[in-house]
Amino acid sequence: MKELTLKSHRFRKERESEWRKLEDILTRAEASSAKALTDDEIIALPVLYRSALSSLSVARAISLDQSLIAYLESLCTRAYFFVYGTRTTFLKRIIAFFARDWPAAARELWLETAIAVALTILGAVVAYVLTMRDSTWFYSFVSPLLADGRGPAASAEELRGTLFSEEASGLSIFATFLFTHNAQVALLAFALGFVFCLPAAYLVLYNGMMLGAFIAVFASKGLGFEFGGWVLIHGTTELYAIALSGAAGFRIGWTLAFPGNLSRVEAMSAAGRKAAIVMTGVVIMLGVAGALEGVGRQLINDTGFRYAIAALAMLLWLVYLYVPREDSGG
Amino acid sequence: MSTADTQARPAVAHVGREPYATERVRELITPEGIDLQLRLAEVSERATAFLIDGAIIIGVLAGMTLLAFLTMFSVGRSSIELTAIIWMLVSFFLRNFYFMAFELTPKGATPGKRAMGLRVATRNGEPLGFDAIFARNAMRELELFLPLSFLFIYGREAGGWGALAGLVWCAIFVFFPLFNRDRLRVGDFVAGTWVIRSPKRALELDLAAGERASSVVITQAEADVYGVRELSVLEDVLRRKDPATVQAVAVRIRGKIKRAKAQGETDQAFLEAYYLALRARLEARMLFGHKRRDKHDKA
Repeated sequence: MKELTLKSHRFRKERESEWRKLEDILTRAEASSAKALTDDEIIALPVLYRSALSSLSVARAISLDQSLIAYLESLCTRAYFFVYGTRTTFLKRIIAFFARDWPAAARELWLETAIAVALTILGAVVAYVLTMRDSTWFYSFVSPLLADGRGPAASAEELRGTLFSEEASGLSIFATFLFTHNAQVALLAFALGFVFCLPAAYLVLYNGMMLGAFIAVFASKGLGFEFGGWVLIHGTTELYAIALSGAAGFRIGWTLAFPGNLSRVEAMSAAGRKAAIVMTGVVIMLGVAGALEGVGRQLINDTGFRYAIAALAMLLWLVYLYVPREDSGG
Repeated sequence: MSTADTQARPAVAHVGREPYATERVRELITPEGIDLQLRLAEVSERATAFLIDGAIIIGVLAGMTLLAFLTMFSVGRSSIELTAIIWMLVSFFLRNFYFMAFELTPKGATPGKRAMGLRVATRNGEPLGFDAIFARNAMRELELFLPLSFLFIYGREAGGWGALAGLVWCAIFVFFPLFNRDRLRVGDFVAGTWVIRSPKRALELDLAAGERASSVVITQAEADVYGVRELSVLEDVLRRKDPATVQAVAVRIRGKIKRAKAQGETDQAFLEAYYLALRARLEARMLFGHKRRDKHDKA
């Protein structure tokens, strides 16, 4: 019964050098990127990968050497993820994101966005009406920390003082803080959407309520117009970004509850990725809003100018996100 | 009864794999038509990887803070603004983009995952895009940071029942991976990804390479005692070369095939010869279409 050499051993000896070559190329490619490879190696990689796959298939059929099969499985898996991995460069991905992916995803979530905007406005109107009737309602909507003395008890002069600043120091710290804080809240609103939309809806609604309560306080002292300029210079960008993050949360929460024609697992991953693109955009928008709020608002003390910037920003976002473009076929 | 029995014993056994591991094996058919048989990461491995990453993040933050204080003391108050901005941005980006940035690399893994031999992959085999990576990591807000802030901040304000309700709510997300068979956390579920084992394996020596030196002769009848499962156990024993185990296994096999220890025959040499004979026999039968699973498989 003794064969001179096992077939599986001869097979391994014949193919081993190819495997080692593939392993070497992969190790270098994984360490940095495809740029570390020569042209010859890049051409050889898919060929070596297919040959390793065929080796794996043969080894499973003829060899009982488990360490060999485990080696080939690991090698083929690594090669698979490299060969079929993302081939575009980082720069191209960023261009594709701004040129196509972000607006397309935002357009697809138009209904959720509309609902989130409506919830914000609803919250603002309700809080406004309640606070106008009975100013103690203000304290139900705004925490004392956030109010920072700007309550119904403050005089018109004090309130005016908070709207127009003279000094200009520490602006960039303020802007950075606002950006990181708001982005964190937006990410939380998105993640909370997973729980069947409800916490995200609450956050969006509450965001509107705070706004409404503040408007009521300032309006009752005859500062409504000035407050509008103060809040909207960054608010159009920021409020819209928060609404978008709520919309992204709604999309995943709604899909979890009603997956539609796909299986729940498939529907969730499609919705999650779409929402993630919108959320990436939200983080960028909040960066812009932080700059407008922290720097722009402190330097620009003219209410009319503030309104102009607010309107311009809103217009730019709407045009950028919703005006259809030629290459947005998908 | 009988259908249940046949189901419990699949026609094609997973060769040379520990029996407990097969329930974590997932099919991934490449476009070339080969099943790569991915293995999912264990929850324990992922937890370890996460602890490593967490330690790195906290370490960098602590270093940053120390550096910020040192700059403030040496340069003076004029640097406070810049230092504060840098500190805030770094902590924000570490918290939110540490995982994303590393998972975007060709290895698809953070340093912790790399150390554990794991990587992130999409469940359907597509390339792992930025959107999926963002989605799976943004969900950490829900799974990790919300429970943490609840434990340390809101829990105290909420009072007894409120705190309990909050803890239960958080526990649902923290322990989510334990309640589904693919070990998905909420982020994986939302992004369509999973975490698989992707260890770098070295090609080990073929145990069949040293055959010509052997003087021990094993007959076909002696080799017919065992099946594939026993062969893979024997392979492990031979690769580990632990003297006590080698001796115990040699005694066991000699007893099974009723063969006395020959003059001058070492246990290691006997096992090597037996491994070779058994593998030759089983591989020959496999070529004729029969893969003998284990010693109970009489066909």
